[in-house]
Amino acid sequence: MNKNQALHLHVPEPSGRPGHATDFSYLHLSPAGAVRRPPVDASPADTSDLAYSLVRVLDDEGLAVGAWAPQVEPQRLRVGLRAMMKTRLYDARMLIAQRQKKISFYMQCLGEEAIATAQALALQPGDMCFPTYRQQGLLLARDDVDMVEMICQLMSNERDPMKGRQLPVMYSYKRAGFFTISGNLATQFIQAVGWAMASAIKGDSKIASAWIGDGATAESDFHTALTFAHVYRAPVILNVVNNQWAISTFQAIAGGEATTFAARGVGCGIASLRVDGNDFLAVYAASLWAAERARGNLGPTLIEWVTYRAGAHSTSDDPTRYRPADDWEHFPLGDPIERLKTHLIRLGAWSEDEHEATQQALEAQVGAALKEAERYGSLAAGHMAGAAAMFEDVYKDMPAHLQQQRRQLLGREA
Amino acid sequence: MQMTMIQALRSAMDVMLARDDNVVIFGQDVGYFGGVFRCTDGLQAKYGKSRVFDAPISEGGIVGAAIGMAAYGLRPVVEVQFADYFYPAYDQIVSEAARLRYRSAGDFTAPMTIRMPCGGGIFGGQTHSQSPEALFTHVCGIRTVMPSNPYDAKGLLMACIENDDPVIFLEPKRLYNGPFDGHHDRPAVPWTGRPLGEVPEGYYTVPLESATVFRPGADLTVLTYGTMVFVSEAAAQESGIDAEIIDLRSLWPLDLPTLVASVKKTGRCVVVHEATRTSGFGAELAALVQEHCFYHLEAPIERVTGWDTPYPHAQEWAYFPGPARVAAAFKRAMEK
Repeated sequence: MNKNQALHLHVPEPSGRPGHATDFSYLHLSPAGAVRRPPVDASPADTSDLAYSLVRVLDDEGLAVGAWAPQVEPQRLRVGLRAMMKTRLYDARMLIAQRQKKISFYMQCLGEEAIATAQALALQPGDMCFPTYRQQGLLLARDDVDMVEMICQLMSNERDPMKGRQLPVMYSYKRAGFFTISGNLATQFIQAVGWAMASAIKGDSKIASAWIGDGATAESDFHTALTFAHVYRAPVILNVVNNQWAISTFQAIAGGEATTFAARGVGCGIASLRVDGNDFLAVYAASLWAAERARGNLGPTLIEWVTYRAGAHSTSDDPTRYRPADDWEHFPLGDPIERLKTHLIRLGAWSEDEHEATQQALEAQVGAALKEAERYGSLAAGHMAGAAAMFEDVYKDMPAHLQQQRRQLLGREA
Repeated sequence: MQMTMIQALRSAMDVMLARDDNVVIFGQDVGYFGGVFRCTDGLQAKYGKSRVFDAPISEGGIVGAAIGMAAYGLRPVVEVQFADYFYPAYDQIVSEAARLRYRSAGDFTAPMTIRMPCGGGIFGGQTHSQSPEALFTHVCGIRTVMPSNPYDAKGLLMACIENDDPVIFLEPKRLYNGPFDGHHDRPAVPWTGRPLGEVPEGYYTVPLESATVFRPGADLTVLTYGTMVFVSEAAAQESGIDAEIIDLRSLWPLDLPTLVASVKKTGRCVVVHEATRTSGFGAELAALVQEHCFYHLEAPIERVTGWDTPYPHAQEWAYFPGPARVAAAFKRAMEK
């Protein structure tokens, strides 16, 4: 090698761009059932191999295979399938509502439904999730969260629990263990660790579930979260949803080239798993493993969920400008709903007819919820929380300067 | 009993740890070692490692974790070793702590206190001397507080810990061991024997949003806080100008009626702070006085501040607004 060779800057590129098919071999997939399942008290270092392989349960035939296949009642899986279908239908309907200008903005989780809905089944009441804007499945998996209320948030109408202060999809449901969503990426990851530390400080039995995307792992709060979770052995599940894309940016630009996000966990002394995010059974099994570990004072777990962002980043995004239009069809881990459906049909616990009937019932449910939410007005129609409410909740008690500004707005003072 | 500001702050945390099981304290070196300024000395031994503990060197992590704890229901009191090092936590402070209550419509709140030693006059150079209060007063949803003496330090800190809003608690480290009037050539004086160094052992509070008239006067009003309270007092004595010195204590939200009443009485106003001038907190104070006291003002509002430069090391006393510079502003305000 010429020692005077000019240096050059390496800027990673996705193999697929519009008009060119993606080469998904970079994912390094393991066959279903191939990866071992360590005991929940495994040392972090003993999970190194798991951070570079892929936990999968459902094989191509829809059979549950290997050590990670969970002992789970088919009824529970039917609940899970329904939750995924509900999430997808909700997204599809809200996307249309945005196009109809009934709501100003929306973000789907198309293709990622298994991750949030299966983990929701693995958590317990009182646990707290610190989601990003793409874990609506955590809420939609729960029948005690009113879909009408969720849509009222999207419409910023007079029934919006956030009183019109937040962009659509930035839900907050303390009673459902769903922390208030922030627009600032990654901030919730370290907050989740703090919440888990608090639970440990108080000798509680609740755990936290932290969420972040592949792109946001580059934010400093990702690293602070791993450090604090490791240092204090916080009871937290650190979920990295690797959907391969951060808006237009391929995951290699986030630091995913020739490595994995799960490997970061091992490097920080955290037990880590890399899991098929489109395999409902694997998500459920890995989430249970991590939850049991956290609840047993055995420390945090980082899980990289390998999935694919099938839809646009948001209603403001056109992915055909930076990636192949048919990319999802070629993603080797497929569609989480199709895969669980196939499995349940093979078990004899589901049928095409039942699927169709469920689909129709859920469509009717979402449609009815949207209709009811619209009765409470919308931003477009000018029916929203009063402007005076803008000054509330900045502080617990409204300070004098905000009282004065509110009087000015209401025209009671020059 | 007699306390330094360090002892008063420690006493405040001691009292609050005992009063409320949800109070937890953490930060760099605050646990076993008791803090680089000794403010948490002995607290870990007394309350245990789950209440008072050391943290990794990560300001964003410390504040972010505290927000999560507060969301759980704890009342964290965290320390950033120097105010100069809060910047990595700014996103967590501005985007998260300050807005948690608002964006969730009260679903989640952040009752937490962030202690930060601030201010210059100690040859601290660029990163051990800054006064970043304006970067907090500009943020809606947080409270910014700065004591100037042991009695207020303890009472204000206990009020802040009890308060359900997130609070930035700035501690002028130049005042930790004794008052300082800017005369760096004279021997340091201790808090001992000073009435403000007399601090009750138990619980009491100094209310937030309440300024205090530190020195009554008739000629002009000085709006100030922290170390500059004592510098302004020295300037009043040395200039012979009967200045009424208001110690704001709560910077924002602040006690507007006390400020306005004083300026309406004196007709003149001088704003004094260590922080740099442009877009400093003094600009807000001047604007408020102009707005509320326009017809009572007999001279332009003066501002005596740090220069618009990074805080220098060797040129400390040319930078620090000492009594001579403050007195000169008093004279200008009286001459017009």
